[in-house]
Amino acid sequence: MKFTLSWLKDHLDTTATVDEITEALTDLGLEVEGVEDPASRLAAFTLAKVKSAEQHPDADRLRVCMVDTDEGEKQIVCGAPNARAGITVVLAKPGDYVPGIDVTLSIGKIRGVESHGMMASERELELSDEHDGIIELPSGAVGERFVDWLAANDPDKVDPVIEIAITPNRPDALGVRGIARDLAARGLGTLKPTETVTVPGQFDSPIDITIEEDTRDGCHVFAGRLIRGVKNGPSPEWLQKRLRAIGLRPISALVDVTNFFTFDRNRPLHVFDADKVKGNLRVHRAKGGETLIGLDEKEYAFSAGQVVISDDEGIESIAGIMGGLATGCTEETTNVFLEAAVWDHIQIAQTGRALKINSDARYRNERGIDPGFNMKAVELATQMILDLCGGEPSNVVVAGEVPDVSRAYRLDPARVQSLVGMDIPEDAQRETLTALGFTLDGDMARVPSWRPDVTGEADLVEEVARVASLTKLQGRPMPRASVGVPAPVLSPMQKREQIARRTVAALGYNECVTYSFIDQAAAQLFDGGTDATRLENPISSEMSHMRPDLLPGLLQAAARNQARGLGDLALFEVGPAFHGGEPEEQHLQVAGLLVGRTGPKDVHGASRSVDVFDAKADAEAVLGAMGAPAKVQILRGAEGWWHPGRHGKICLGPKKVLGVFGELHPKVLRALDVKGPAVAFSLWPAEIPLPRKSGATRPALTIHDLQAVERDFAFVVDADVAALDLVNAAAGADKALIEDVRVFDEFIGGSLGEGRKSLAITVRLQPTETTLKDADIEAVSARIIEKVQKATGAELRG
Amino acid sequence: MDDLRDKYIQAIADASDEDAIEALRVQAVGKKGEISLKMRELGKMTPEERQVVGPALNALKDEINSALAAKKVALADAALEERLRTEWLDVTLPGRSRREGSIHPVSQVWEECTAIFADMGFAVAEGPQVETDWYNFDALNIPGHHPARAEMDTFYMARAEGDNRPPHVLRTHTSPVQIRSMEMAGAPLRIICPGRVYRADYDQTHTPMFHQVEGLAIDKDISMANLKWVLEEFFSAYFGTEVKTRFRASHFPFTEPSAEVDIQCSFEGGTVKVGEGDDWLEVLGSGMVHPKVLAAGNIDPAAWQGFAFGMGIDRIAMLKYGIPDLRPFFDSDLRWLRHYGFASLDVPTIRGGLSR
Repeated sequence: MKFTLSWLKDHLDTTATVDEITEALTDLGLEVEGVEDPASRLAAFTLAKVKSAEQHPDADRLRVCMVDTDEGEKQIVCGAPNARAGITVVLAKPGDYVPGIDVTLSIGKIRGVESHGMMASERELELSDEHDGIIELPSGAVGERFVDWLAANDPDKVDPVIEIAITPNRPDALGVRGIARDLAARGLGTLKPTETVTVPGQFDSPIDITIEEDTRDGCHVFAGRLIRGVKNGPSPEWLQKRLRAIGLRPISALVDVTNFFTFDRNRPLHVFDADKVKGNLRVHRAKGGETLIGLDEKEYAFSAGQVVISDDEGIESIAGIMGGLATGCTEETTNVFLEAAVWDHIQIAQTGRALKINSDARYRNERGIDPGFNMKAVELATQMILDLCGGEPSNVVVAGEVPDVSRAYRLDPARVQSLVGMDIPEDAQRETLTALGFTLDGDMARVPSWRPDVTGEADLVEEVARVASLTKLQGRPMPRASVGVPAPVLSPMQKREQIARRTVAALGYNECVTYSFIDQAAAQLFDGGTDATRLENPISSEMSHMRPDLLPGLLQAAARNQARGLGDLALFEVGPAFHGGEPEEQHLQVAGLLVGRTGPKDVHGASRSVDVFDAKADAEAVLGAMGAPAKVQILRGAEGWWHPGRHGKICLGPKKVLGVFGELHPKVLRALDVKGPAVAFSLWPAEIPLPRKSGATRPALTIHDLQAVERDFAFVVDADVAALDLVNAAAGADKALIEDVRVFDEFIGGSLGEGRKSLAITVRLQPTETTLKDADIEAVSARIIEKVQKATGAELRG
Repeated sequence: MDDLRDKYIQAIADASDEDAIEALRVQAVGKKGEISLKMRELGKMTPEERQVVGPALNALKDEINSALAAKKVALADAALEERLRTEWLDVTLPGRSRREGSIHPVSQVWEECTAIFADMGFAVAEGPQVETDWYNFDALNIPGHHPARAEMDTFYMARAEGDNRPPHVLRTHTSPVQIRSMEMAGAPLRIICPGRVYRADYDQTHTPMFHQVEGLAIDKDISMANLKWVLEEFFSAYFGTEVKTRFRASHFPFTEPSAEVDIQCSFEGGTVKVGEGDDWLEVLGSGMVHPKVLAAGNIDPAAWQGFAFGMGIDRIAMLKYGIPDLRPFFDSDLRWLRHYGFASLDVPTIRGGLSR
């Protein structure tokens, strides 16, 4: 919302400066977004008088002038044809910035003659495009500030334009008068009284208005009158200047009148060219499928139920949003029908949104105009049309009724103080409300008709608080909820998430935060991309579906980094994935991705390609940190984005999957443009059972003094036998004695033959009561061999 | 006997390796060595002679043994010296490389916020990111026709055929978590709700996803003055310097009165310095919870009141750590992650400071 200071002063009697006004507006909740104050550009310039003007000795077109200034007589070289003795000019001195030529002046020599400043043209001061000569003022004294002269003689030239942001609850501030009222309540002046006029009708309007029965909830009241014999044409200069100053294009007197009321009083109006209206006007709901060319010359098609205005031939106006081109006023209009109506604001918002029209009328009608002003607006606008265009008004025709919006709420001064935490005396509270147009009756505050936003006691508090100024609010300590050391606040899952994040980072991964939405193709690779997770209005096709998994986002991040020449990557993310489109269909995932080599090639030969066992080790470390049990099953058969033979599901039983590690499927890498090798892990923290016990106590530590013994065994098995099965079989041979079983070697093929491999294990025996004798060791070894053979069909390697 | 001594001490001193030492040992004090043989002769001597010669021979034997031992150590030392002289490495070569991970600024600042608010008794509440229309709007006093809905650039979820519920949305703010928490925990209540939020907006300073942290405190007598204090405490702790705030009246459907909050800063030299200077920077929206919102969360507005506020985590991260642009936050450029990221063990705490 833009307005000029002089426009504001139509409604507000004030001596406040622009700075005071803008500061107050922002503090009142009418946030100032910009101020264009021409005076600030012109502040340096003063008036001067040319005493003499002589021909420049070396230039035909230049004159050397002696100029009387506030700093004495100065010599100035000037090229303007009108530079001559006796005229009053605007002087820019050395050091002054001249906006129109973007130059800061200095003392110069022009063709050998010193010049101490310049006499400015209107264009040089950005006052107009006039550049035929320097400014000649009809009055003014030497040394007077040019801005002061303008303020007194040509105030439009220095009229500041203020732009404010209006929050949706304040339609009243979409008119200059509403803004003035707020400032007056703050004490920055007095609100000027408004005039009310009644223009008697001289005949009955030949156009009648009806509101269809089913449209009464969409249009509360529709008032209008015909004014015949008007002479349309450009509106007067003062009105054009005003509209231009706030960025509107003057069109014609009739249209400019409606725009004036829109911005002056938040009162959109419409004018029909009465000669183009066939028959009467009828407010009704569209059947659906009708079309209308709007004043913006675009065609709009209506859906059933949208409120429109028709004449006998069809739809002529999108009610309260935009008029139709066919019945719009032109320079030739001689009979005009003026409309002032109160529309249901919800209906306006819905229709406006559906038709995608952003007009000043829609903006105001959907936020709420003052219904109490409707009939007065008809009279005031009639008067203005008569003043500007002449003509003869009809009687006013009205359909529907002005809605009764009167209501009152209790003002509880103590509650205001308790909520705001400021001492605002009751008197001041009542004064504020009165200044804003409320009527106080005991402790009941009656709401003015222009404030649709005030719908309860809390709104009264807000009004009092903002006028009292929240800038003055002083902080007041809030006592702790409980005394003493604050209790921990994170839930077990929140702690788990944090531990997982820091553990993965400690393992050398860089945390990413990628978008929650990805493209459909990538989502489909990870069993997502269905309609359930589709966005209705994505910002681009790259962000069309909620991610089913974090890995596609990480893989795309990897591809971007590879494109930048960064090939060895360890990326991770902790965040939500979406297995459906309902609020509860979201789960926390921890995903890590390794691409390329373990590090740059190095002098120690330590760099190698990443492999599945890197991902496995990291997955296990993170699961361990999150409190997962050490004893897990490794199963196959995870989803299709994993390499079918090179992945494992980390499970507690076949249905409880804590995570998956593995190589990514080459097709997935190709589709997402990632150059492999690439291995990854996915973990689901919520799947890890919460510990049963509470309390921090650890079980007692048992240390055995007796010497432990290690024995190695090598077995030959079929190549598809899982090492873990072999290890578990060995460990089961004597659960009391065997402390640990480790695989330390794997050898495939070679002399063992096709489809065979050798696995070597170390078994650590820890006696607890007596030292192991050779016979004991032999016995347990035999049991180990037997168990392993039975479980895996292994042969002891000779 | 002195001759004998001199002979061996000299020989030991001249010995050049362990073998020579061993030969001398055998020759002098071995079983059949010269001194041993002499000791055997003691038996043939008179007791008087023996009393003189015996101790002398023993002393000689001891002296030669120590000389042998000392020489042995000296030779070993010399040999080690010699070996070490050849054992030279170019230690300017790089160490074995180790990957260094990092924590994203959003996570770090999230933890910083948590640490500060936890100290003031705020728990951490979370909620779904795909939200129902009711939780995201209606319950927050934003009815269907409210212009704020259109202004929020909401992302909508596609609706299945025949599903006549209002479409779900990607939450446009963390405020729905307020309602869910009130429903679940009732009053009194102190929570912060951090998390991802979504708006259909993408330009220099906006990304379609960003992060917010919401705060909510409900009790019998909480006022806007308490809110100002809590925020000033927060910002001072977060930025590590005293930060003043300025409240400006504004409007949000879910609070009344509402205020935009600016923090004190200076823009001198083209960079923002928080907690200095005379300028103000808008960082959050806040206010007293609207009675309708309390009622939507099943809390009696006649008995309870409280404040709520919401601010951008990414934004305060940018302010504190001097990160110029928002968009790279979500681009995962490794160079950015390394430059702006945090070490895994850099856990923000109140006792140790929130940042290094």
